[in-house]
Amino acid sequence: MNGKPKLAVFKFASCDGCQVSVLNLEEELLALAERVDIAFFLEATSRIDPGPYDVALVEGSITTEEDVERIHRVRAASRTLVTIGVCATSGGIQALRNTADVEAWKREVYPHPEWIRALPTSTPISDHVKVDAEIQGCPVNKHQVLRVLLRALLGATPDLPGASVCMECKRRGQVCVLVAKGSPCLGPITRAGCGALCPSLGRDCYACFGPADDPNPASLAERLQQLGVSRRDVVLRLRGVAGWRPEFRAVADRLEGGRD
Amino acid sequence: MTERRTIEVGAFARVEGEGALHVAVEGDRVAELRLQIYEPPRFFESFLRGRAASELPDLVARICGICPVAYQMSVVHALEQIFGVRIDPAIRSLRRLYYAGEWLESHLLHMMFLAAPDYLGLDDALAIARTQRGEVERALRLRRLGNRILELLGGRPVNPVGVVVGGFVRIPTRGELAALGDDLRRARGEAEALLRWFQGLPVPRRPQEVELVALRHPHEYPMNEGRIVSSAGLDVAAGEFDSAFEETQVEHSTALHCHIHGRGSYMVGPLARVLLNRDRLSPTGEAAFASLADRFEAPDPAASVFARGIEVLQAFDAALEAIDGFEPPPAPHPAWRPCAGRAAWATEAPRGVLWVELATEVSGHVREIRIVPPTSQNQARIEDDLRGLVPGLLKLSDDQVRRRCEAAIRDYDPCISCATHFLTLELERRPPRCASS
Repeated sequence: MNGKPKLAVFKFASCDGCQVSVLNLEEELLALAERVDIAFFLEATSRIDPGPYDVALVEGSITTEEDVERIHRVRAASRTLVTIGVCATSGGIQALRNTADVEAWKREVYPHPEWIRALPTSTPISDHVKVDAEIQGCPVNKHQVLRVLLRALLGATPDLPGASVCMECKRRGQVCVLVAKGSPCLGPITRAGCGALCPSLGRDCYACFGPADDPNPASLAERLQQLGVSRRDVVLRLRGVAGWRPEFRAVADRLEGGRD
Repeated sequence: MTERRTIEVGAFARVEGEGALHVAVEGDRVAELRLQIYEPPRFFESFLRGRAASELPDLVARICGICPVAYQMSVVHALEQIFGVRIDPAIRSLRRLYYAGEWLESHLLHMMFLAAPDYLGLDDALAIARTQRGEVERALRLRRLGNRILELLGGRPVNPVGVVVGGFVRIPTRGELAALGDDLRRARGEAEALLRWFQGLPVPRRPQEVELVALRHPHEYPMNEGRIVSSAGLDVAAGEFDSAFEETQVEHSTALHCHIHGRGSYMVGPLARVLLNRDRLSPTGEAAFASLADRFEAPDPAASVFARGIEVLQAFDAALEAIDGFEPPPAPHPAWRPCAGRAAWATEAPRGVLWVELATEVSGHVREIRIVPPTSQNQARIEDDLRGLVPGLLKLSDDQVRRRCEAAIRDYDPCISCATHFLTLELERRPPRCASS
């Protein structure tokens, strides 16, 4: 259509919250639609353009055999593939199944578990296909999506922060909730991007943007236990929405095995 | 020899989540009709077991990107029942404000982005914006007010972080609430104009016999509290849910179906709420209802869009009531101690009754949780509705049948990720069976 670059948005296992965050761009989305051709975005339009696409945004994790095949088709149809949100980048909260007996879970919820087709694991998109850029967050920060999208359309690489939430707290002049209140804040090991949302409200960060670059979760876990958080609850905090990220998982496994 | 026709549609748009519709027709009879929900299950009820009570409001928000508040509210109320936490009247009132924010955000997304393109024969709201940009921008402005409420109390509109057992992380200041109140008051006329715009659109009619189910509160339009009542006289407390309703599994859906014992399918959502709670509407809500009275004479799922428009006005009034009556609570939330126990609670999500049952360990960690979202309750009803609709459409082309069915499903604003969890339509036309065979 008029030689405008084609944008597609795909959903895999997810809550739709990252797509809703894209819709929350509102007027910016209307302006974007004048510059790019929104060729496929099932949540928002009945139009189905089979591609190929210049940029694909992918939400959600891979949890079924069908979706393993579908993500390969999406990859083949897309010049640049950008994953949006923690489900797509780390497997999401539903990756909590990865260490559990999923067949037993099916039996608990469904009288006919044999009718349910689900893989025993929820895995990030990058486990299956080459990913050109990842945008963290549960949900993503819509301004980061717009920024990465515009850069991708210009052929530039993304420039997202890798520092921790602590950096954003300092920039905001936010009092540290971990130091000042003893709140079990995961900000020191969590990637920036939310604008230090939780600490700015006065509460602890729970790592919904996944790990920062070079985090030290073992040290933070020790500090949280010194603050009186039980080992059980420290493990739960690390096994949160981005719990399947290796940086968090390794420390949670060690704590759970009692080998800290 | 009768021709056999099969229609397949690859994907069903403007619905939250993944699913399909399969219809097989023999002559003029619907032989098979299945709303196929194939969204992969995410097993929330399983992995929430063993999680700490304090984590639950953050975790259940992830069930749905459009209605996180509903999950947070049903769950915190159940926990407060178990732990015996007394809710300060100021917190109770701020929770109505918070829920009003979600109704605005969700209803306006549905009305302009998901439903309106159907009435105009367009693919999406972007196409509406090409000729009626002002209408789309007005809906966006109104929706942004909903998101602002969510940001004020929850920090962000998707997966808000401000809810804790007993209250909120942070209580807004009088100044913040007053500024929000001024903006809501200025925009109310726009909400009325939006509803009038929808009244001028060719919204189809599909009146039918259906049992309606909603919450009912002694004197308020229901949001966070109430008994579960129906148009056929059902009246139970949340704790008696299983005595009235049953969940069953069907092979073609990863979301469980719900029925009323001995009676069959039923409908939850804005239409059921408005029709069962007309006497609880605010004066502006009632005036809007009266202007639409001919659309509400018999239950008609197609009139749901008008019920949403009325609830947009209702949400404005509920929000303003909370803001104008605001007195700061003594604390953002009371101190609470976990204990073992069990409780059930229901609140009114944008799409209808959202029921949860929770049991905790002594430490407050979750021992068991059951969640019955509105879309699983509406699934069986959507199938019954379509069984009534399809025979009258058979003279139309396959593409027109598909569009009409999709639009009918959208009337329920299904939230499939919630219910497990979008839709493709396959229409199979088979020759009629011989009467003699």
